Amino acid sequence: MSSIVSIDNLSKQYDSGFQALKDVSLDIREGEILALLGPNGAGKTTLISIICGLVTPGTGSVRVGGHDVVHDFREARSLIGLVPQEIALEPFQTVYDALRFTRGLFGKRHDPALLQSILEKLSLWDKKDAKTMELSGGMKRRVLIAKALCHEPRVLFLDEPTAGVDVELRKEMWEVVRDLKDDGVTIILTTHYIEEAEAIADRVGVINKGELLLVEKTETLMQRMGQRQMRIELMEPLGAIPEALSGYNLDYAEDTHSLVYSYEANGERTGIASLFADLSKAGIVLRDVETRQSSLEDIFVGLVEGKS
Amino acid sequence: MNFQAVRSIYSFEMARFFRTLSQSLISPVLSTSLYFIVFGAAIGSRIDEIDGTSYGAFIVPGLIMLSVLTQSISNASFGIYFPKFLGSIYELHTAPVSFVEIVLGYVGAAATKSALIGLVILITAEFFVDFEILHPVAMLAFLGLTCISFSLFGFIIGVWSKNFEQLQMIPLLVITPLVFLGGSFYSISMLPPFWQTVTMFNPVVYLISGFRWSFYGVADINIGLSLAMIGVFLVICLGIIAWTFKTGYKIKN
Repeated sequence: MSSIVSIDNLSKQYDSGFQALKDVSLDIREGEILALLGPNGAGKTTLISIICGLVTPGTGSVRVGGHDVVHDFREARSLIGLVPQEIALEPFQTVYDALRFTRGLFGKRHDPALLQSILEKLSLWDKKDAKTMELSGGMKRRVLIAKALCHEPRVLFLDEPTAGVDVELRKEMWEVVRDLKDDGVTIILTTHYIEEAEAIADRVGVINKGELLLVEKTETLMQRMGQRQMRIELMEPLGAIPEALSGYNLDYAEDTHSLVYSYEANGERTGIASLFADLSKAGIVLRDVETRQSSLEDIFVGLVEGKS
Repeated sequence: MNFQAVRSIYSFEMARFFRTLSQSLISPVLSTSLYFIVFGAAIGSRIDEIDGTSYGAFIVPGLIMLSVLTQSISNASFGIYFPKFLGSIYELHTAPVSFVEIVLGYVGAAATKSALIGLVILITAEFFVDFEILHPVAMLAFLGLTCISFSLFGFIIGVWSKNFEQLQMIPLLVITPLVFLGGSFYSISMLPPFWQTVTMFNPVVYLISGFRWSFYGVADINIGLSLAMIGVFLVICLGIIAWTFKTGYKIKN
C-alpha cells in the first residue's frame, strides 16, 4: 500500500517554549484507519494541526499525496478534510449553506447531488434547512463531518471525534468511520479512548510527550505486547504463596481466595501446565480458572511508563 | 487563485448583511436623519453659508463619511472576528486559500455593505436638504476607495482583537474622534492656525475634504493630495495584512 501522508523528522516548539513534537516520522497508508493514541497534551492535536495547516511546522516536513503542506499548500489541503475537536459552527447558518460554503472554500462548484448523498449518509438530509444552532450535539458533530467530506477529500482527520459523547453516539460515529473507510477514504483519528482505537483502527500510533513511541497493526500490537492473566480460584483460603510456587509470576488476592498468574500470551512456553502440576503437588485444590487478554489500555500504560 | 473561495466568502458575508437588513440599514439611516434634523435644520438655519454652500448641504458629505468609515470598520472587523470567536476560522486555515482570497472575500463584502449604506444615506439626505454632485464619478471613486481602505483597516482590527472589548475599542476611541475632528461639520479654515496644522495629521481630513470636493468643487486640501493620502493608507493596510498572514502573527501558532 502506498503512503498518502509522509511525515519526516517533524518537531514543533511553541513560542511559549513548550516542545509539542519531537522528531516524529510516520507514513500513513492510503485507505487505512490510523488511530493516534495518547494522553491529553501528548501532541496528537499539534501533529494533525500541522498536517492540516492550522499550526506552522517547526523543523522537518510533511507531505500529503506527495505535496508539501507548506510550499504546495493548495494541492496538499485539497486532499484533506478535518473534523475539529471542538464544535465550531456558524449558529445562524443552515446545514446546507454550511456545506456549500465549505465546498466553495475548496474551490469546487456547487454539486447538489453530492451534498444530498453526504447528508443522507450522515442522516442529516431532513435537517438540511435547519440552522446549526437548532441541532443536538451529535448532529452538530455529524455536520462537521459532512463539511469535512463535502470537497471529496482523500484523507480525513478526526480530532477526538467521540470526546464527551455518550456510548450510543460513539458507536454511531464508529459506524460512520467504517463506512467512510469502505468508500476508500484514509482516516486518521486522535483519541485517548483505547477501546476506540482497538475497535476501529487498522493501525495504532502511540504518542506521548511529543514522541511517537510506536506504530503497529492493532492486532500485532496486542499480540506483541499483550499479557494474559489467569485467575485461579481456590477451594480453601491460602495463608501465603507456598515456597514451591515462588518461581511463578503469581499474586494472591485474599478477598476472592484467588491466585493471579501473569504470562506472555505469545511466549514459547506459557508455564501453565507446570504451574498446574506444581499446584497439585502442593495440595492446593482449584475451584475455577479464568483467563483474560490484557487490553490496549494495559499495553498503553506499560508503554507510557517506559516498561516496554 | 481560488475564485470560487472568494465568491463563497463574499456571498456568505453578504447573506449575513441581508439577513439582518433592518439592523444593517435602519440604524445608520435613522442616526443620519437625526443629524440632519439637529445640525441641518435646527442649528444649521442659524449658520451662514460655508464656501458658498448652505450648512445643511455642507455637512452631507461629512455625514456620509462618518457612517461609511464606522460601518466599514465594524463590518470588516466583525466579519473576521466572529469566526475566530466561534472557532470556525479553522476552515479558512485548512482550505486551499491564501490571504489574498480571504481578504478579497471579507474586505470586498464589508466594503460593498458600507458603500450601500453610504448610498442609502445619500438618498435619505435628498429628503432633508437640496444639494448637487458636481463630480459624480469622483464621488463614487472616493466612496469606493474609502470603503475599501477602512474595511482593510477594520479587517486588521478583527484579526488582532482578542475579545469583543478590543474589537470596539479602536472604533470608539480612535475613529469617532478622528471623524468628528476631521471636518465633518466644519471647514478646516474655520479653525485657528495652530489647530489647522494639528488637523493635517488626521487622515480623515483628507477623505472628507476630497469627498466634499466631488460634491461642491470646493476643498480644504488639494484634491490630488487627498487621493494620494487615501492611496498611502490603503497600501499601509495591505502591507500590514500581508505581513500578518506571512508571519502568522495573531493568526497561527
